[in-house]
Amino acid sequence: MSGASQSGGASRRRFVNWILGTGVGGILLAIFYPVTRYLIPPASAESAASSVVLPFAPEEIAPNNGRLFRFGNRAGILVRTPDGELRAFSAVCSHLECTVQYRDDISRIWCACHNGHFDLSGRNVAGPPPRPLDAFEVNVRGDQIVVSRGA
Amino acid sequence: MGRSRQALSDLWKWLDDRIGFAPFAELARKKEVPVHRHSVWYYLGGMTLFLFLVQVVTGVLLLFYYRPSAEEAYESVQFLMAEVEFGWLVRSLHSWAANLMIFTVFIHLFSVLLLKAYRPPREITWLSGVGLLVLALAFGFTGYLLPWNELAFFATRVGTEIVGVFPLVGSFAKQLLRGGEDVSGATLTRFYAIHVAILPSITVLLIGLHLFMVQRHGMSIPPDVAEKRETRRSLPFVPNFLLRDLVGWLAALGVLAALAAFVPAELGTKADPFAPAPIGIKPEWYFMFMFHTLKLLPSHILVFEGEVVGAMAFALAGLLLLIIPFLDRGSARGERSHLFTWIGVGIIADGGAALAARFPTPLGSWTPPTPAGQLSHMRDDVGHNGT
Repeated sequence: MSGASQSGGASRRRFVNWILGTGVGGILLAIFYPVTRYLIPPASAESAASSVVLPFAPEEIAPNNGRLFRFGNRAGILVRTPDGELRAFSAVCSHLECTVQYRDDISRIWCACHNGHFDLSGRNVAGPPPRPLDAFEVNVRGDQIVVSRGA
Repeated sequence: MGRSRQALSDLWKWLDDRIGFAPFAELARKKEVPVHRHSVWYYLGGMTLFLFLVQVVTGVLLLFYYRPSAEEAYESVQFLMAEVEFGWLVRSLHSWAANLMIFTVFIHLFSVLLLKAYRPPREITWLSGVGLLVLALAFGFTGYLLPWNELAFFATRVGTEIVGVFPLVGSFAKQLLRGGEDVSGATLTRFYAIHVAILPSITVLLIGLHLFMVQRHGMSIPPDVAEKRETRRSLPFVPNFLLRDLVGWLAALGVLAALAAFVPAELGTKADPFAPAPIGIKPEWYFMFMFHTLKLLPSHILVFEGEVVGAMAFALAGLLLLIIPFLDRGSARGERSHLFTWIGVGIIADGGAALAARFPTPLGSWTPPTPAGQLSHMRDDVGHNGT
């Protein structure tokens, strides 16, 4: 074999390798791109609800008591303080997203998962939660309680 | 009689001509297991494999009745437990074998760690073993959600949220695991696919690699045994060790059957995303070390949130465990490395302490003290925690 045909062979080989590599790469891309997109869940419409009328009347909740309610697709907690004031917060713990509950023995909002404590203003006062609970606005209209997202 | 024996030997020869059994027969004839005072630990890997096989069989049986949707999952498991003949037994076996398997995986890991069996050239065996441990925990985590009960729901919320706190990739990974913003029916179908299809196939591949490496290098002889100049004793694998292995499997089956029959798996109450997390909620025992760490961490460590530091620490600890063979250079050179023995003892003690906290003491459940400066009277009192 002459030198010219050898170098021709080498460049042919390079060309074939390039075609093969690109082809295989293209096939892999054509497989993995749709699979990846498929696995990412479609964005679900965030609950547009900015306010909710609770399914219970103000007098149904006694002082030093709390009750969970649905706010869109998340849980909220309505609290009547020992002084009789109504307050509402997101019931999703700021630590690791467990659902909190009201503890009348200590008058605090409490998370059972990792012993997180919030006071009646939603502030994280003990245990691991790093942030306060999101606060909602509470309005009483007649015998209806309306909870809405703050501005 | 003679003719059927002839037919069998003809069939054997026919297969042998096509498959070629000679290398396998040679391997079986040559394979030996060293005999010394630590030999008992050689049985743990095989026992784990046996329990995995139990999981495959009982898992396939469960598939015949289980329905992976938020509306039907709980009811289908209830039906299986109450109506289907031996349904309770199959599910209890699956649940108990899972726990026993994770237990034997851990014992296997600790024995390998303390006997320094990860020394060269067995690094790949160690790496694949740690990979199998992670897979076993992933099996436990995904399988836990499938009955769609209250405990599982919150365990999954917390577990996926821990993934979510990782910087950069966390929130994307969380969404990918949950199949949306929150734990929902979409999470259940994802966990189902992961539990019954993805994890088993990866596990089979990794077990294959792990066993191949064990065959390739034979059993590791611990450093203190290797140092002694006395003549080494050993046992042929076929049939002596294999038969002993089978006795171990039989014992494991006995323990498993007794546990499943006398302490059947519970179902609890159906998950309700709008109910508070139940009082006294706890994860499975093998996630106890994580649970207690997360409970004890303060809300902020320097400028970081406590759970972020915790999650990063778990990831770092896992990484360190993975690369132990490459860190322990002393053992690799054949020296005694006491540091790594103490690291092993430390890991066992830490896991043991977290576990001990789970079990009630004579004074009631032990609750970690609240960090100083915080409201110590806010701690769960015994009565509250016990309800």
